[in-house]
Parts: sequence; structure tokens; C-alpha cells
Amino acid sequence: MSEILVQERNIVIPGETLAQGMDYLPGDNTYREDDKIYSKILGLVYISGRVIRITPLSGPYVPKIGDKIIARTIDITMSGWRADTETAYSAMLNIKEATSRFIKKEEDLSQIIGIGDYIVVQIINVTSQNMIDLTMREAGLHKITGGRIIKINCQKVPRVIGKQASMIMMIKEKTGCEITVGQNGLIWLKGTSEGELKAEKAIKLIEQKSHLEGLTDKVQKFLEELA
Amino acid sequence: MITNKETIAQLAAQNKRLDGRALTEYRTPIDIELNISWTAEGSAKVQLGSTIVMAGVKLGLEKPYNDTADEGGIMVNAELLPLSNPEYEPGPPSIKAIELARVIDRGIREAKAVDLKKLCLIPGEKAWFVIVDIVTINDGGNLFDAAGLAALAALKSAFFPTVNPDNGSIDYKHKTANRLPLIKEPLPVTVYKINGKLLIDPTLEEEEAYDARLTVSSDDDGTISALQKGGPEPFTAEEISQIIDLAQEKANFLRKELNKFLK
Amino acid sequence: MVYTKRVDGRKIEELRPMIAKVGVIANADGSAYFKMGNTVAYAAVYGPRELFPKFLQNPKTGIIRCHYSMMPFSGSGERIRPGGNRRSQEISKVMNDSLEPVVDLSAFPNAVVDIFVDLPQTDAGTRCAAITAVSMALADAGIPMKDIVSAVAVGEVDGTVVADLNYDEEAYDAIVSDIPVAMTHIKKEVTLLQMDGEISKSQLMKAIEMAKLATDKIYAVQKQALLDKFVKE
Repeated sequence: MSEILVQERNIVIPGETLAQGMDYLPGDNTYREDDKIYSKILGLVYISGRVIRITPLSGPYVPKIGDKIIARTIDITMSGWRADTETAYSAMLNIKEATSRFIKKEEDLSQIIGIGDYIVVQIINVTSQNMIDLTMREAGLHKITGGRIIKINCQKVPRVIGKQASMIMMIKEKTGCEITVGQNGLIWLKGTSEGELKAEKAIKLIEQKSHLEGLTDKVQKFLEELA
Repeated sequence: MITNKETIAQLAAQNKRLDGRALTEYRTPIDIELNISWTAEGSAKVQLGSTIVMAGVKLGLEKPYNDTADEGGIMVNAELLPLSNPEYEPGPPSIKAIELARVIDRGIREAKAVDLKKLCLIPGEKAWFVIVDIVTINDGGNLFDAAGLAALAALKSAFFPTVNPDNGSIDYKHKTANRLPLIKEPLPVTVYKINGKLLIDPTLEEEEAYDARLTVSSDDDGTISALQKGGPEPFTAEEISQIIDLAQEKANFLRKELNKFLK
Repeated sequence: MVYTKRVDGRKIEELRPMIAKVGVIANADGSAYFKMGNTVAYAAVYGPRELFPKFLQNPKTGIIRCHYSMMPFSGSGERIRPGGNRRSQEISKVMNDSLEPVVDLSAFPNAVVDIFVDLPQTDAGTRCAAITAVSMALADAGIPMKDIVSAVAVGEVDGTVVADLNYDEEAYDAIVSDIPVAMTHIKKEVTLLQMDGEISKSQLMKAIEMAKLATDKIYAVQKQALLDKFVKE
């Protein structure tokens, strides 16, 4: 007899039994052993049809092709720049992918992107060993100047962006900041320093309360009270 | 870890900081918890914003040194625990840990904060030796000030263990009601210079953006008992004068905070 | 002489009071504080992150690396010289072995999850408190795990099998065996088993049964600490 032992939006811990019986299917971050399904992480339960999955409430970033991330250059090599993604894996930005203009052989690459510079880039390849290739040639990708970089847990990024970008648009509007969110959890804020601080506090609030419902209202209220 | 060097420098020129504080403002909360280790003779945990540091006092009986036969001794040691910062690795103390320990040590030793003569039981034979161990739990910047405060709090709340009168062995499990002979209360305050502006209580990011720093240990009568300059840029004599005034003011502020928690 | 009344008045299966909290070290990816009686442990997890030296890297999976250390003022007698010793190295290794069976780092080839435990005060059961704290810190860090591991020191004191020995019991003036045990929750599988002392097989099996009940109680505390991390509104 199949039985589901948890409800939607319950917080569960690793090893917690989610369901019993073969009628249910183990989705993301769960596993089946014998006839039971267990959680593999600390997260929120979501049930769609017969599939039970857990959305992580914390945890490392797994690089994916197409993801826009923010990284920091740590080395300049013959072929381009090596960047720290704040994960276990560094990434390579090849000269050809940095800019659409032609780069001469003897050109000083550090004049284009220096060591320590933050860059908004897109992942174009991930190997089986999680080695990452980047590009900076698409629209919206660039070297960062000014403003401040903050870091949140990457699992909270979807909540910071919100459905159809509603959350991030509201924060931008109420703080007057330009905001770029990297899928790896790094976020660039640029505005007045007071506006940036407001945005930072709002984002940290989302990080803290991401498991709750009605988050958009809470954040809106918070921003209005700060003004 | 994240750095925002240029923005921090630009803001400093406008007397601003990333977290909205004034240049001469400590983070909140400032929290001091005493007796956080029942195995230590005295101990304290200090929280300064996100920085958390612990200090523990251990006492032992040794033969005094030849040239100070009627005195005990005191030493400060520090460990930058890998659990407090992803940059710290296990192994022997780094130069950062050594500098931290020696600066806090000098502040206490040179102020003669502990009356070493009162630590002597039998001249030439037996005296108490005090070791203060500082460990970091979360390094959010400004370890000097947090460590100095923790060390002083631990010394202030320490009690001598019982000594067995028959064989002279120490019974660490039973403390006496006697406190350490602490006659001065020196505290280090470190002032940082970023883009020409002086500020206190830097976050980790602000520490990375610094040009120079000066740690000043002072007592409530204004006597300076330790100085340590660090960083790649120099200070003018005028800046040093301003820094000392600021450090003395802030040391008095921290002493008041400490006394709140000692009640 | 049979040990019926414990030195601190506890019943034979009774554990010392426990306090657990996660997210106590802001810089860490996951962290926990665990207090059992007078033994206190801070645990911090950093990773997955790049692993050096490179020859330790495993292209099939990430690895965990435990470092156990006692603060200089945490011993019940004299100061402990900092720098680790053979005992702390051995404890680091058995801690690693106690957690490897549940951790799944197959999505993080060549990476390491560094685990650090430091104790500010001790009163026996230190490696068990460390493992219990680390399990919480790993969950807090979002590291995929099949199960939570909980640990307790069981043993026999003067003929009686007891749970959660304190220092006075470890040092009791009679025949004592001190048996640190770590177990998974779902199947109660043993991932750490050591012993100091002498014991018969039948008493040992009794002690292991007692450990099953004891680790259930510890698991409840670990679970609550993880749930308490999340604000209610």
C-alpha cells in the first residue's frame, strides 16, 4: 500500500522518509531504497503528480551550460583568463570569447580584463570533470566597474529573481539600482551607496525567508519601511 | 571570498562605508559572554558584528626564570582556526596568527597588567604562569580588537585553581575564590587608513582594501602599552596623533562595554 | 560491586542534556554547535572546493576531509599544547570513515569538502559529539547525504552497560569499557566503532542495542536544530 508521508512545502532533512510503496517516483534530490523514497538534502518538498522532489534550501552551485554567472579573474594565461566562480571549479575565458574585436598577438590582455576584475559571463561548456568555458560576447555580458558584489547561496537565486523577474524588478525600482544576478549566487548592485545597501538588505532578507510564502509582500513592506 | 576594493576606497573618500556605518563606529552587536569553557581557569567569547573570538586562560606552576626569581609569567598565544575563515589552513601558526598573538601579548605585558610578583609562591622555586589562548570562531575582520577584548575578559573572570597543600599538585576541577592580580586593563584598538581616511572595526573586505593600519593598546589613564603598524603605505606624524586619540577614546568605550557584561 | 547508581545520578540509558544549533559560523558553507553535558563542539564545513594537493583528487567523486582539534584550554587538567597529536589525527581519520558511507559527492569530481571541528571544553564523548555536530553542519551546507549520522559513547562500567559516559565514568576505579559508536538513522548501521577497555561479547551486543536507542534521541535533537534554522514568518 503506497503512502506519502510528507506534505508540500514541508522542510525535510537528509534521510527523511518521504513516501512508501512503488506508486510514487523519486524526483530531484531524493532516492529510492527497497520500497521507500528518502530525501538526500535539507530542503522543501514539492509533489507534482506522482513525482516527489526536494528543492535545496542550501548547497553548492552545479555549473550548467547557458547559465549567466559572475566570476573574478585570478590569472592571465596565453589563451585568455582564468576566473574564480566561488565554487570548486575555476573557469576559462578564451581570448576569442572575450570581445568581438580582433586582439593583436602582443596585446596586453590585462588592459582588457585585469586580475581581480569581476566579469558577467555565460557558461558555454562544462566537461564531465566540471571544467568550465565562458563567453563574454553576448548582450548583457561585460566587465564590472563600480557598485558592489555580494554573495548569497545559489539555491536562493530563483527567489531573488522571482516569477517572471517580478521580485528583482521590484527591488530595482524601489532602490534605484542596476542589479545583475549570477546563477552562482554572486550579485552585482550599482546605484547610490544607500540604494545598494537597501538592495543588499532586501536580498539578504529573501535569503533568510526563502522557504516562506508571500515573500514578495514581505520584501515590498521591508523596502517601504526602510525608505 | 568577495572583494570590493575600489568601491570601498571611493566610499571612504566620502566618509562612507558599504554597510552604512560611520568611519568611527563599531559594528553591532557587541556581545561578551564569560565562562564559555569550564575547563579553562577563565574564559570569554566576544562577538563584534560577525566576528567571533574566544579566549581561555590556563594556569600552571613552574620554576621562575633566573633573572626574575620572584615573579610568575604571562604569555598570549593565538590560533587562526581553519573553521573561522576559508583562507586558513591547518598547520603551524601563520605569520598573521603570530603577529596577532605577539601584539596582544605586548599590550598586556608592557602595561604590567598582571602583577607578576603576586604570582610568585616560593621565590626561585614556584610561581604561577598564565597562558592566554585566543582562538577565532568566525573571522569577520578586526581580529586584533576582538582578541584583545576577549583576552582581557578572560583574565578578568579567571580564578586560581586549588593547590594540594601536601604534594603541591594542582586540582583544576576545584577553583578557589581568588582572582588573578590584574591591576591594569589595556585594550588594543586598530585604526585603518583607506584612501586617506581613518576608520575602525573593518570588515574582512575593508581589511583587504586597506593602505595602512596602526594598533594602539592603551589603558584608561591614557598610557600606551603597545604599538604595531602594518600595511604597505606610511603614516604621517599627524595621522599617528589622530589615531592615538581615536584609539584611546575607543578603548575606553570598549572597557565600558566589558564592564556591562561583567556585572 | 555493581554499578547501579551513576556518578551524576543518571539512569543507565539516560543521556546528558543536549543543546544543538546550526548556522553559527557565518563564513562557513555549513556549521553547527553541539553540547552534550559538558562536552562542546563547533563544526564548520567548507566546500565542495578545489582540492590541493592535486594528487589527492578523485576524478569520479568529491571527497570529505575531517580535521579534529581540541582548543588549548579544553582539557580537564593542564593546558594542551596546540598543534595536534596522534590522538587527534586518529580521531580525524575515524570521523572521516564514519561519514563517508552517507555522503554523496559524485556530482563534484576532484573537489573536497573540508570539515573542521574544534572543542572549547571537553568531558568525554568528544569524538561522538564531533561527529554529531559535523552531521548537522553537512546538512546545513546542503551536502547530499543518504542519511544523518548520530554518535554516542556507550560502554560498561563495573558490570553495568550504560549510555553516554562522562569523564568520571571513563576514569572510574573498576573495569570500564568506553565504546564510541556512530550510526545511521534509517537502518541503524554502524559507521564508527571503537573501544577502550575490556568487555565480553554479550555485554558488547547489549551496548550496541543501547546505542541504537541513544542515537535515536540524538537524531531528534539534530533534526530539530536543522528545522530551527528556518524562521517561522
